[in-house]
Amino acid sequence: MNQERDKRFHDRAKLRAKEREKVKQTSISQTKQAGGDFKDKIQSYLALHAQALFSSLGRLLQTPFTSIMTIMVLAIAIASASGFYLLLVNVEQLTGNLESSNQISLFLKQEVDDIEGRKLADKIKQNPQVGTVKLMSKDNSLTEFRDFSGFGDAIDALDTNPLPTVIQVQPKNSLEDTEQLQKLVLELKQLPQVDIAQLDMQWVRKLQSMVELARSGVWILSFVLSFAILFIMGNTIRLELEGRREEVLISKLVGATYSFIQRPYLYTGFWFGFFAGAVAWVMVTLVMLILKHPIENLFLLYEKTYSVVFLSFFESLIVLFVSAMLGVLGARIVLHYQLRQMKPE
Amino acid sequence: MLVFDQVGKRYPDVGDVLSDVSFHLQRGEIAFLTGHSGAGKSTVLKLIALIERCSRGQILLEERNLNRLEEHHIPYVRRKLGLIFQDYKLLQDRTIFDNVALPLVISGYGHQEIARRVRASLDKVGLLGKERKYPLGLSAGEQQRVAIARAVVNKPALILADEPTGSLDPELAAEVMYLFEQFQQVGVTVLIATHDIALITQMGHRVLKLDHGQLIAS
Repeated sequence: MNQERDKRFHDRAKLRAKEREKVKQTSISQTKQAGGDFKDKIQSYLALHAQALFSSLGRLLQTPFTSIMTIMVLAIAIASASGFYLLLVNVEQLTGNLESSNQISLFLKQEVDDIEGRKLADKIKQNPQVGTVKLMSKDNSLTEFRDFSGFGDAIDALDTNPLPTVIQVQPKNSLEDTEQLQKLVLELKQLPQVDIAQLDMQWVRKLQSMVELARSGVWILSFVLSFAILFIMGNTIRLELEGRREEVLISKLVGATYSFIQRPYLYTGFWFGFFAGAVAWVMVTLVMLILKHPIENLFLLYEKTYSVVFLSFFESLIVLFVSAMLGVLGARIVLHYQLRQMKPE
Repeated sequence: MLVFDQVGKRYPDVGDVLSDVSFHLQRGEIAFLTGHSGAGKSTVLKLIALIERCSRGQILLEERNLNRLEEHHIPYVRRKLGLIFQDYKLLQDRTIFDNVALPLVISGYGHQEIARRVRASLDKVGLLGKERKYPLGLSAGEQQRVAIARAVVNKPALILADEPTGSLDPELAAEVMYLFEQFQQVGVTVLIATHDIALITQMGHRVLKLDHGQLIAS
């Protein structure tokens, strides 16, 4: 009898303990729920962005033909600007190499032979303003020209060597003043054996001022093309918005803010810009790859090595970033005006 | 809850569509707005939903003067309203679930809360189990009930319905009206614009009658 009662008592105690445990657990899960609410909100906000990011990408893929056309137009604009820029970088790199050369080339008269040329070279070397002198004999020049120019057969057909003897004069390093250099050139030109005296720096200078001009050209071009991109992007977004008019109006009616409505379209602008930037990068890099070999061969011809400069990693990132941002900006401008004009009836 | 004080609305090329309209809706009240076509029923609703702004007078919604409301506050006022239209205004390329969820998504609710509320709302209008369908796969009456579910999912203080039974047969219309009565019973204020006089008289609620932009019976 007693045993039975004890057992019942025990069972009841166990049950109560279980219930207490249960209450504890629910209260814990409730606090978790409350804490989770805030987390839930942030998560839902991030989810909205992620959803807009991928749904806009999905929309782009839904109309592949239209999307590709728009992206190509944008890409060509971006590639023109960045291609022109890259060309400029290459030319700058080149003139940078040349800057140090203030070498004077003396082309001797045709009748002056190599022996006389050597004598003259030795004489010039005596000049205190001259650093080094290098004589290029007629024969040397001819061999070199035959090897590199590809006119070997034509040259062999000539009776006489048409190339003059050349003396390359490197002035002393101290001679940096242009006026003094000019004076030395003039002085050398007076020599009876000399036909033409040419200061290499002159054309380097000219080239440099042209590069300077081209640099402003790149800026102007980039500026104009940026506007083109904004207009193209704006028009694309406007068309898309027109096609989804109903959705925009209904969203407005159920309390959507402008930022909610425009979010997916801003991401559309982002994708267009991003893809256009990527395609433009490929275009520019392909063109440079195609040109790389011929250009480097051309430089071998002048006994110089030059390796073509491609868009650096950082510059590539800038191209991608700027084009993506132009896409967003173009979309943003149109949305600002268009969304305010779309009113429910 | 809702106060119209000598409200007038003038369109530049049409003239006055509302003049001197004054009435007061209590919280939890249900009222019908009636009158011939062009009497200004829709305009009254548009003024409350801030689709239009009034030319004269004052409109107070929950002690808030709608005239002085700035543009960027409009979405937040609309979130407190449940709007229902004759043409339902559902998004055809979204499922029933997504349509009903739209106001909650816009208000930034978490997806668990959204799922819970959407189901509750669809349950109320008797469409639980059709969440995965698209609007075109439903009958007219069902589509209007989806629109109602969307209007109440955000637990609005005021439901505005513009000819909600306009394209429904009498039986479905009565069903929809019965739904509105149920919402009213849980404390929601309901204002319904309709010209279905028969149904109104049968239901016996307050009637606001408009004639040529003026309130002739309240």
